[in-house]
Amino acid sequence: MSWLKQLFSRKQLYEDLAEEIREHIEEKVEELVAGGMSRKEAEAAARRAFGNVMLTEEDSRNMWGWRSVEDLLADVRYGLRALRHNPMFTAVALLTIAIGIGANAAVFSVVNSVLLKPLNYPNAEELVSLHQIAPGAPGLADFESGLHLSPSMYFTYAEHNRTFQSLGVWDAGTLSVTGLAEPEQVRTVEVSDGVLQALEVPPAVGRWLSEAEQVPRGPQRVMLSYGYWQRRFGGDRSIVGRNIKVDGRPREIVGVMPKGFRLVDTDFDVMVPLAFERRNLILAGFGYEGLARLKPGVSIAEANADLTRMLPVWMDSWTNGPGTNPHFYETWKITPMIRPLKREIVGNVSEVLWVVMGTIGLVMLVACANVTNLFLVRIESRQQELAVRAALGAGWGRMVRGLLVESVMLGLMGGVVGAAFAYSGVRLLLAIGPANLPRLSEISLDARTLGFTVVLAVFSGLLLGLIPALKYAGPRASLALRSGGRAASASRERHRARNVLVVGQVAMALVLLVSAGLMIRTFEALRTVSPGFTDARHLQLTRISIPEVMVAEPERVLRIQEEILKKLAAIPGVKSAGLGSEMPMEGFDSAWDCIFAQDKIYPDNVMAPLRLYKNISPGFLDTAGTRLIAGREFTWGEVYGLRPVVMISENLAREIWGTPSEALGKQLREFSSMPWHEVIGVIQDVRERGVQDPAPEIVYWPPMMEYLFGEKTAQTLRTETFVIRSERAGTETFLNEVRQAVWSVNSNLPLASVRTMQGVYDKSVARTSFTLVMLGIAGVMALLLGMIGIYGVISYTVSQRKREIGIRLALGAQGGDVVKMVLSQGTKMTLAGVAIGIGAALGLTPLMRSLLFGVTAQDPRTFAAVAVLLILVALLACYIPARRATRVDPLVALRYE
Amino acid sequence: MKTREQRDLFPGALEMMILRTLKRQPLHGYALAQHIKRTSNDLLQIEEGSLYPALQRLLKEELVKAEWGISSTNRRVRIYKLTATGAKHLEHEVSRFEKMLEGITRVLAPGES
Repeated sequence: MSWLKQLFSRKQLYEDLAEEIREHIEEKVEELVAGGMSRKEAEAAARRAFGNVMLTEEDSRNMWGWRSVEDLLADVRYGLRALRHNPMFTAVALLTIAIGIGANAAVFSVVNSVLLKPLNYPNAEELVSLHQIAPGAPGLADFESGLHLSPSMYFTYAEHNRTFQSLGVWDAGTLSVTGLAEPEQVRTVEVSDGVLQALEVPPAVGRWLSEAEQVPRGPQRVMLSYGYWQRRFGGDRSIVGRNIKVDGRPREIVGVMPKGFRLVDTDFDVMVPLAFERRNLILAGFGYEGLARLKPGVSIAEANADLTRMLPVWMDSWTNGPGTNPHFYETWKITPMIRPLKREIVGNVSEVLWVVMGTIGLVMLVACANVTNLFLVRIESRQQELAVRAALGAGWGRMVRGLLVESVMLGLMGGVVGAAFAYSGVRLLLAIGPANLPRLSEISLDARTLGFTVVLAVFSGLLLGLIPALKYAGPRASLALRSGGRAASASRERHRARNVLVVGQVAMALVLLVSAGLMIRTFEALRTVSPGFTDARHLQLTRISIPEVMVAEPERVLRIQEEILKKLAAIPGVKSAGLGSEMPMEGFDSAWDCIFAQDKIYPDNVMAPLRLYKNISPGFLDTAGTRLIAGREFTWGEVYGLRPVVMISENLAREIWGTPSEALGKQLREFSSMPWHEVIGVIQDVRERGVQDPAPEIVYWPPMMEYLFGEKTAQTLRTETFVIRSERAGTETFLNEVRQAVWSVNSNLPLASVRTMQGVYDKSVARTSFTLVMLGIAGVMALLLGMIGIYGVISYTVSQRKREIGIRLALGAQGGDVVKMVLSQGTKMTLAGVAIGIGAALGLTPLMRSLLFGVTAQDPRTFAAVAVLLILVALLACYIPARRATRVDPLVALRYE
Repeated sequence: MKTREQRDLFPGALEMMILRTLKRQPLHGYALAQHIKRTSNDLLQIEEGSLYPALQRLLKEELVKAEWGISSTNRRVRIYKLTATGAKHLEHEVSRFEKMLEGITRVLAPGES
């Protein structure tokens, strides 16, 4: 019989035992009676011979070793009864704990899914991103994204490495797919050989892109994502082998990747091979993300060393063209800084999530403090009962355990309700979460989250019960019996625990409110920054791409683009329209290169700081609301006439020539074979990479120009962002008119990335607003809980001091004096809490420094405002019970004396 | 936890006697008590009740097993039987006891000087 089986059949065992003993005595009695004794004598003799029946039974039962389990069950029953007898207390306590646990479990599930769980690839810990920095490359050094890989670098690394199983480069973009239904702009990833091999995720249908597709002018093939396959082909498995037209060229579908597959964190529709033309490659062209799988047992440091070893090989094997020095890149100090792929994906979100987790944890502590206070008050009223139990011989350990069992049960019940809250909490979190939260699709309540919930429930249960248990079930519990309920005075000592809890609550609420306040100030600061465009809600954006197979001649492309702009401007309610390579914060890969000023000297004439390049059409600045600081903008005549003109940003003008007006008329060029371009305008600084990032120096070129891609022939950008200013931006009817306007020029042009500038802006501050909302919720919860805590303690004290207040009033004290007396008690606790809280906040807020903008972590205004707010709220919470105290009728209060 | 059968005996003595008795024949509690009393010539002052905690412990250790049956005097009784493990345990305990007894006897033996 197993232990557990015995445990459940113990009732039978005990009954057998009792019956057996009864029979034993009975047999003895009968024997004695048969021997001639009277029945009465016989019974007495039998019992004497047997010993104490009760004790024997108890000893026998104890032999089974279930005593502790049975006591525990008794405690549980007792605890449940106690909770049932106080439905109000139980409901309030349960709800408080459940909300606390629910919020914590919800945030933890996000932390777990985003930060803790391994990535969704086989042996994901071997996957790395080939991140590298180039501190010697001016203009590049301050990039978070570092120096990407050039195709020649990829070939060198792929062919000469000793530390990687496979290695590849990739890039995300958009391409148009035609010939299905409407022309459509789809999200694409371009991959080199080695990327799929490194990720090791087998296709759901068909096969991977292979080396054969990486040959330029070889077979044109493509893979689909699961979502696109379902959407466009209804999950038809016979799709493999069929052709689709990507950017006007037919490509054969070879396979479909499985559901949920993302390339790093990029969701895509279509995957196409990069197929580099190897003999045309030069050293430069740092435009690709590197991805690799380490050989088993190889450390990041070893892999970094391996890449460092290959850099000279790379410079020896390739060139940037005749007359250039391939070892010029040594001055860039290119340094491999390989990162685990997970870190690359999670990025700076981890700080936000840990801060949110921390604050929600604090809210949980505040909630526990509140419930502990309730517990204390309730146990106070049960002191008689505890004293009686102690007097009847209950050991104090047993009583402590009884109370802890009660509080842990409360915690567990709270955990069950909290898990339900967490379920809806996660959905809420996903709704308000940053749109670009990585691994969003992986977030779920899993076993680890449930485990966390259980641990949290037990832990909070223990926390709740510990103080009351130690305080009231302690060795002096019997004292209460002596003093009796009625005359028990409110000794200072009895209130200390509750006061300490309230002080702690105020302190924690202050920390949370200060963090929320700092985020509000950050948001304010972000709003005051001029991002380089105005009235984002009324700016409609869309990307339109004109592939080469559709229109070959560059000038023709520009004519079509200008024609579209004219049609767009003619839509009712449209003020103006313009186009550019991208709007700020759109996040498309920007072009960077050196720029040389004619009147400046540069070391060995090959090195100049890298600048961001953009191309903008006439009318773009006016439409976007970007101010012209000096000079004028391009004209269409200059653009079509390929006039060598250029505009620059204000900070670039100041850096090179001191003032914007000095820059006008000066000459610039990109490389020596390019003619000098005259600076005709200076444009206000633009927060290109988000409001929090400093504005980069920018060179604005015309949309069509010679040497656009290094060769003399005039070229245009084929994919441009069209910007339309209208009060109707974003409405469905307006978008329809925009589509009709574009299609009236060419009905094969798909519209991609249709959104308002406000949407782009919101996305770029999503991290800040998410943090703000979360800290705001946490702060308000803490404030409410703290208020309830203070209110509860003060009103309890008032009810305990009724008699004393009655005496004071009878002796002539005025209502005002009583109010003052009660308020002063509350004020003292609040001030103590505020003081401790300020100290704690000064220590903790630096942890969120990376989330702040335009405000220091110790911002005195925020600290002062929060402290005043807390004190006012606390006074309000004290005032209500204080008013009640003045209404004490001395006669009633004193009648019992 | 102090159990009362240990008051006059060394630990395990009662269990050993029970096992030894049951080895001869299965018995119910009352008969077992009478048998031990009789065979020890009433030298051992055992409360009859103290048998039961010991029996429960033996049951738990699965050294004996119990079944309800009818006694020779036609009463419903619970008859205890030695199990195979119980027999082995008894053997082991007895030999241990004999060694211990020998040791004690030697120490207590007079005439050593």
